[in-house]
Amino acid sequence: MVLVVKTMRIEDIEKEIIEEFEIFDDWMGKYEYLIDLGRSLPLINDKYKTEDKIIKGCQSQVWMHSELIDGKVVYTADSDAIITKGMVALMIRVLSNHTPDEIINAKLDFVEKIGLTKHLSPTRSNGLVSMIKQMKLDAIAYSSKLKS
Amino acid sequence: MTASKTIYKTSIDIEKIRADFPILSRKVNGKPLIYFDNGATSQKPLSVIDSLENYYKDQNANIHRGVHTLSQEVTLKYENARSTIQNHLNAKHAHEIIFSKGTTDSINLVASSFGKKYISEGDEIIVSAMEHHSNILPWQQLCEEKGAILKVIPINDAGELIISDYKRLLNAKTKIVAITHISNTLGTINPIEEIIALAHAKNIPVLVDGAQAVPHTAVDVQALDCDFYCFSGHKLFGPTGVGILYGKEKWLNEMPPYQVGGGTIKTVSFEKTEYADLPLKFEAGTPHIEGGIGLAVAIDYINTIGLDTIAEYEHELLLYATDAIQKIEGLKIIGTAKNKASVISFAVKGLHPFDIGTILDQLGIAVRTGHHCTQPLMAFYCVPGTIRVSFAFYNTKDEIDIFIKGLQKAISMLK
Repeated sequence: MVLVVKTMRIEDIEKEIIEEFEIFDDWMGKYEYLIDLGRSLPLINDKYKTEDKIIKGCQSQVWMHSELIDGKVVYTADSDAIITKGMVALMIRVLSNHTPDEIINAKLDFVEKIGLTKHLSPTRSNGLVSMIKQMKLDAIAYSSKLKS
Repeated sequence: MTASKTIYKTSIDIEKIRADFPILSRKVNGKPLIYFDNGATSQKPLSVIDSLENYYKDQNANIHRGVHTLSQEVTLKYENARSTIQNHLNAKHAHEIIFSKGTTDSINLVASSFGKKYISEGDEIIVSAMEHHSNILPWQQLCEEKGAILKVIPINDAGELIISDYKRLLNAKTKIVAITHISNTLGTINPIEEIIALAHAKNIPVLVDGAQAVPHTAVDVQALDCDFYCFSGHKLFGPTGVGILYGKEKWLNEMPPYQVGGGTIKTVSFEKTEYADLPLKFEAGTPHIEGGIGLAVAIDYINTIGLDTIAEYEHELLLYATDAIQKIEGLKIIGTAKNKASVISFAVKGLHPFDIGTILDQLGIAVRTGHHCTQPLMAFYCVPGTIRVSFAFYNTKDEIDIFIKGLQKAISMLK
């Protein structure tokens, strides 16, 4: 018997996260959960925490690394700020382990639905927006590599 | 928020003042706004807001051009604004007041124009270790262009300039000293009288970045004898997009125009252009007319309270907040100069400023977090950034109490 590990679709993971956040009726619960997410994940191999992997934000920094494994993009990342790290953990949970094309087409509207849009506002406040952009750029690069 | 039960040493009608600032009654994230980011920009009194509205409803025309009534009326208003600013700074002449886009623009003007005429290879320009990027980069770029050298006055651990080192830096090659009056990150009030006098003893002109000083302290450019003084309208309770360059007449007359175009000329032909006299020589294009007028309204407003009263009241807030902040475990104040304005930067051991700022924002408290555009200073203190609270005269001790509770909550959530 061949064991088929079925990966959840990006939309389904987003739905799952939205449901997880629905149980919090105030901001404190949400942020405490984000902080826990940030704490619980050893996100990136220290050897990738180098200057060239830094996605510079004005205030918090994000390190991001991606690899193509069996046609799927695997991301690892870290941040020096714990709330950003929690957001990073969510992004990785949604996007990692999907094909480049799935990642390119991901709308990521779960952020708005869980009420954390301010972390994605186009300000210089953190490296998260730049990280998502870099995640998608990496996926585009892998996609063209697979097609060539 | 009422402040009626709180005791203040300074005689100031805080409730009346707060009523003049409509934004102070709004809520942020469901909580009453506590605005402690005045170092970034200040809020605007109703008189300034009304002035901007009236300008577009009743006064709008271009200045210095038309023969028609509207243009003449608004030209007069704009030039009266210049006189208000002249009087506020005690400048000798109104034409020594140049309208700019802000402090950054004013500094760029001087670096470019003064630099073009007076800076050559091997010359030296002095700045300090606590400068805002806006008072570093224009000079750094000028140095790169001209082959000049940027020299930096060091600071001690408290965040005070080391004057003995400054004295050693001044020499025959030094062409200008560019120094901040008050540090935006540390709150340090620099001894600019002494800095200017030491430079002048060697015939070196001094530019003062007054962006953080004008909202807190009275500035008399003749008493200081500074050669240039720069500030922004928006930090002085006025509109954004307008600022001032004060320059001594003798420098401004000798310096070439910075940007050229409409308004800066006497006569133009394809062979030769004769530029206008001061101040128009430095005011190319249609300016931020309503901004200039609004800035004068803001100055009139703060003069009704009085800068001496403002300084005294803000000092009271500074001492009150410093005392409360110091009691929090694991917290370190960055910048402990003897002479400080109402700015407190601090770091909490093991916690990132961004996280603390994010939690405080949820509580309706606006603070600044990050490097405050002073990265060399962050490197000096070995921190990625700080949390900065900066007070204006409309802030209260009650707000400080709420902020302290919020800060404690943030720390407990993040630890």
